[in-house]
Amino acid sequence: MDFSFIRRFAPMYFDAARLTLGIAALGILFSVLIGALCSVTEYYKLPILRRIASAYVELSRNTPLLVQLFFLYFGLPKLGIRMSSALCGVVGLSFLGGAYMTESFRAGLEAVEGVQREAALSLGLTPLQSMGYVIFPQALALSVPSLVANVIFLIKETSVFSAIALADLMYVAKDLIGLYYQTEEALFMLVLSYLVLLLPISILGTLLERRLRYAGFGD
Amino acid sequence: MTEDVLLSIRNLHKSYESGNAILRGIDLDVKRGEVLVLLGPSGCGKSTLLRCINGLERIDGGSIRLDGELISGNPRELPKIRQKLGMVFQSYELFPHMTVLENITLAPIRVQRKGRAEAEREARELLLRVNLSEKEKAYPRMLSGGQKQRVAIVRALAMHPEMMLFDEVTAALDPEMVREVLDVMMELSERGMTMLIVTHELAFARAVADRILFMDQGNIAESGEPEAFFTAPKTERARDFLGNFLFSSKKKGRE
Amino acid sequence: MRASAIELFSLSSLLSLQNTGGRERGIGILFDGNNFERLMGGLFVTIRISLLSAALSLPLGILFGMLMTRRNPLTKALSRIYLDFIRIMPQLVLLFLVYFGTARAFALSLSGELSAVIVFVLWGTAELGDLVRGALVSIPRIQYESAAALGLTPLQTAFFIIIPQTVRRLIPLAINLVTRMVKTSSLVVLIGVVEVLKTGQQIIDANRFRYPTAALPIYGVIFLLYFLVCWPISLFAGCLEKRWRD
Repeated sequence: MDFSFIRRFAPMYFDAARLTLGIAALGILFSVLIGALCSVTEYYKLPILRRIASAYVELSRNTPLLVQLFFLYFGLPKLGIRMSSALCGVVGLSFLGGAYMTESFRAGLEAVEGVQREAALSLGLTPLQSMGYVIFPQALALSVPSLVANVIFLIKETSVFSAIALADLMYVAKDLIGLYYQTEEALFMLVLSYLVLLLPISILGTLLERRLRYAGFGD
Repeated sequence: MTEDVLLSIRNLHKSYESGNAILRGIDLDVKRGEVLVLLGPSGCGKSTLLRCINGLERIDGGSIRLDGELISGNPRELPKIRQKLGMVFQSYELFPHMTVLENITLAPIRVQRKGRAEAEREARELLLRVNLSEKEKAYPRMLSGGQKQRVAIVRALAMHPEMMLFDEVTAALDPEMVREVLDVMMELSERGMTMLIVTHELAFARAVADRILFMDQGNIAESGEPEAFFTAPKTERARDFLGNFLFSSKKKGRE
Repeated sequence: MRASAIELFSLSSLLSLQNTGGRERGIGILFDGNNFERLMGGLFVTIRISLLSAALSLPLGILFGMLMTRRNPLTKALSRIYLDFIRIMPQLVLLFLVYFGTARAFALSLSGELSAVIVFVLWGTAELGDLVRGALVSIPRIQYESAAALGLTPLQTAFFIIIPQTVRRLIPLAINLVTRMVKTSSLVVLIGVVEVLKTGQQIIDANRFRYPTAALPIYGVIFLLYFLVCWPISLFAGCLEKRWRD
């Protein structure tokens, strides 16, 4: 293995990882917001919104991110909607992630006993306050393991961004293979980058899950 | 004391979606400071009545008024009316993600917009009254059932309700913890709190109640002073119900 | 053969541009010539890859799952590393590793499609294996013991007692894995396999002048096609799960 090559191109991977993480962070933030909104909509069985939310979840979960991105990046400009590839990345990831986060939150909300809601209401809290102070915090704690799994999944999904001309890790690796034929080094750096990005989150997730399962609140 | 009616129920009807009628025309007046105990076989509608009063169940006919204000069919005012009603559940329903103190101060701070310092001071006074001062920082899962239920009562009291509703609050407790909860309720009644209690603790009912209501098949079948009810029930159904709690010793007869 | 046909096709569309000189609305491109058939052909490549991979993953995943329940520390460690590595790496990275990496390491040039099948089988085996392991360990020890007490051999225990109990829980999850494979197989376009996205691209490029807005309907239809393939499978898995829950 050619370490001088690795040393020379490591900064490129570093920049690419930063870009990936930046877009992933924004996408995950929006995913969580979309997921919270949609799951609460479904929890309260709001008449029309609930239909829209579940149609969105089905549509998003049953199509690949790559195809969603192609549509956003190559298709929509024909309607006059032009987005930079970075913006497409954020929009696409939020569209996909929102659906997965909805499912996680929904499972969490379903796991909170209905009589907790009644207890909150009987103290005079409004339905919105009951959700905000009593039900959602509990649902959030219950869905932590699957939220972490979603975060990992979404960061992995960013690997297709190279297809819409974003200079992410895959893009750099492919570039280097094409330019210098240093395949082993380029791939080694690629694998290493993803390990560095994802292994800590994965370990953190396992720890959190263990703590939640064995202890619960109050430690 | 004037005959001041706090809660007034007229011709209350409630059916389940399956069509089964669970309340069939309840009429009831509760005076300020009165302690009522609801007795009756399971499925007679006691708990449903309590839940209707607190607006947790939709009703199908009749009216419920608290202090002259309509509870039924008035969803916008529900949060305001519920502040005047403290409810305690069989399963405690403390919020597991909050400490004891946070559980108690949540509604005073968020609903009544009290300052945190004032809300916490009041919460500590109430905790002292139920001997749980040292538990204010504890989380619900670290408490025993009896302690949880006492905190739940304090949480409801912190809103300064005009009336308390107790829905079989000792039914989920281990026998040795029942007493500590009943003592708190007894003390409340001595302080003049208006209370509507659903329970299966007959001895407690006899001691605490100003009036016993016996419910059967969605109706109030009998209403009267505790002594009269327990010694000479007027209806056949009430006699049967009380009979269920008696055991005659069988060994003597055989030997 | 195929490439020349495409060139011919684009040439003819260029000619027709010169003849008519007109630009047409994008949606018409779907019904122009055999474009729709070509898209379906591309979709078929995707489905073929995922079904083949799923079929191969099934027996391998079951074996791997049984392997993971063994108490041998070496087996345990190795299978754990394999599972975690496959789980943590994006599938596209795995595709790159196999497609570009093997060519370099073993002087062996794999086609994109073969690389894809290899990666998806490695991935499917890991995922399914973990599901099988989960189902197996969730069966109480006493079930094995009571089977042994009746004099059943380990093989008989597996066939008559354990497998029937795990299958119901596994089937919906395994079906979900198939939809995940179909979705993930869209990635193979990035290692040069001509599937539905690539075919779409070719159609768009070939008709650039006659249908300047073709990208919208083409990618829209591909989006819809994926949905129409995956959604019924998801619904079916959901149904089975609900029915077999109790």
